[in-house]
Amino acid sequence: MSRYAAMFERLNGECAFGAFLMLGDPDPLASAALLNAVVEGGADMVEVGIPFSDPVADGPVIQAAAGRALAAGVTVSDCFDLIAEFRARNGEVPVGILTYANIVMARPGFMRDAADAGVDSLLIADVPALEAEPYANAMQQSGVEPVLIAAANTPQKTLERIGKISKAYTYCVSRAGITGTHAGGQFDPGLVGRLAESGAPPPVFGFGISSPEHVRAAIGAGAKGVICGSAIVDLASRGGNVAAFVRTMKDSTRNDSVRQ
Amino acid sequence: MRLSGRFGRFGGCYVPEILVPALEQLEAAFLDAQEDPAFTAELNGLLANYAGRPTPLTKCRNLPSNLYLKREDLLHGGAHKTNQVLAQGLLAKRMGKTRLIAETGAGQHGVATAIVGALLGFETVVYMGSDDVERQQLNVFRMRLMGATVVPVESGGRTLKDAVNEALRDWSASFESTHYLLGTAAGPHPFPTLVRDFQRVIGREARAQMIEHIGRLPDAVVACVGGGSNAIGLFADFIPDTAVRLIGVEAAGRGLDGEEHGATLLRGAAGILHGAETYLLQDPDGQVKDTWSVSAGLDYPAVGPEHAHLKDSGRADYVGATDAEALAAFKTLAEKEGILCAFESAHALAHALKLADEEPESAILVGLSGRGDKDVAQAQGLLA
Repeated sequence: MSRYAAMFERLNGECAFGAFLMLGDPDPLASAALLNAVVEGGADMVEVGIPFSDPVADGPVIQAAAGRALAAGVTVSDCFDLIAEFRARNGEVPVGILTYANIVMARPGFMRDAADAGVDSLLIADVPALEAEPYANAMQQSGVEPVLIAAANTPQKTLERIGKISKAYTYCVSRAGITGTHAGGQFDPGLVGRLAESGAPPPVFGFGISSPEHVRAAIGAGAKGVICGSAIVDLASRGGNVAAFVRTMKDSTRNDSVRQ
Repeated sequence: MRLSGRFGRFGGCYVPEILVPALEQLEAAFLDAQEDPAFTAELNGLLANYAGRPTPLTKCRNLPSNLYLKREDLLHGGAHKTNQVLAQGLLAKRMGKTRLIAETGAGQHGVATAIVGALLGFETVVYMGSDDVERQQLNVFRMRLMGATVVPVESGGRTLKDAVNEALRDWSASFESTHYLLGTAAGPHPFPTLVRDFQRVIGREARAQMIEHIGRLPDAVVACVGGGSNAIGLFADFIPDTAVRLIGVEAAGRGLDGEEHGATLLRGAAGILHGAETYLLQDPDGQVKDTWSVSAGLDYPAVGPEHAHLKDSGRADYVGATDAEALAAFKTLAEKEGILCAFESAHALAHALKLADEEPESAILVGLSGRGDKDVAQAQGLLA
């Protein structure tokens, strides 16, 4: 069983909390400590960015994080090293990479290197379902699960394609825009239903999760998991207590905290 | 999508999933409009009576007389950009959009977008790298005069690449009301095809004008390549004429041996940026490099995917012209022919002048893609 499948089974219906961090931000040493902090805070899954110079799907907070990592000279190899060290300390926590197509394309054997480092899934932000098949095939051959994005405006025929290709979870963007802009807990409940019809893996809500209220709203809209990115990265950049924040966010995923 | 959007291995539609429906809508509007005589009539009317097509073909008098200049500098707006911007403006109307966004480097595409925004009644927002805002203050003022909002982009290298990133981010949140009026034959499908087809008029006219002037096709067609829209527009109708050499001129900046240039096809490697698989200037990890050119319009680390294919297939050749060579050509054209051309176009001219010298018997067609008014202040500093 994959680490994601095992995680969803362990959670037994409770919403998974995913913490996103940019690898190498602000430098490899501090980045390794942050990876530990989110797990200490109770993150069920860890999603990590590999910094790219031109992150068009990201808002200012994640752009700045990528910029800091690149300014510190962080390379893709450094990122795989960070993941491998994390994996050596944490056998169970699923780790997914979120990055951009050019980073993957520039490195022959990217999928193999990712699998060797202990990566479970890969989401390429600028590879939509339309272009995903060759990438997904290469991932599967290396034992990395493809994750695709489903958006509120994605037509049913594309959701069905996503249902076929996406494996670990489905990254749901239930509103327009880029990372780090907040919808204030406004999620389209229709997406989850349409996804279920397409046979897609569990819906994990990606954009607009920065407070316990947003987590509860996502659960109300049918999320099986949430990923919090900009709020954690922003807090870390200001020297805040990341483990404590993650703990608060994770607490809001427990069934007894859901009031809706 | 109804078309493949591929040029050999290059092209495609590499955008966040959320933008795919907007690109599908655009492709549908583009294909439907081509079948609609009313669309074609309205566009042709605007091109003729508003923008000033056809543009002349000028045979040089004092420079080598085997040089022929296709005068897009005389088009309304001051560059070839207006051709496809009018077309996309009409498409945006067809799709019911009320707002236009655009990226701009030199400011020429921003000016063209501001023109169509004013003419057709759109709210217009232009993203421009803050370094380019500094370099091209006159164009910034022009855009504002025509009612556009110019947003300086502070991220990355603060040039065209970063302006595209910011426009894509805006579009990810605004696509329902907003058309992204991309300025060159690059980016995700359908833009490379759409922009080429609406710029094709340059080469179609030039081909007929060459036959009219000399009774035959030119031996070589030379155009500058940043994103590549004026070059692909000039080349497109010559591609089947295999005896006609097609030559794209990239920005060699301060020299191709260093890092300060914009010669994507000459020094780049295949990659994916801004929606398309194409050549990119990048480091071994795939991080996109900052570029340099004296001309803001050629200061771009990617290139339209059809040029990548024309290079790999061998149908077109790509060469470089340095800042110094372009400046010298700019000055020469002013002194000898009384024409101030854009720094971008001066790159094409620099190579064409060499070629005219080497091959006095050849007829050489040069795309003079824009006029140089925007560059006069910078030229004053550089040539003083």
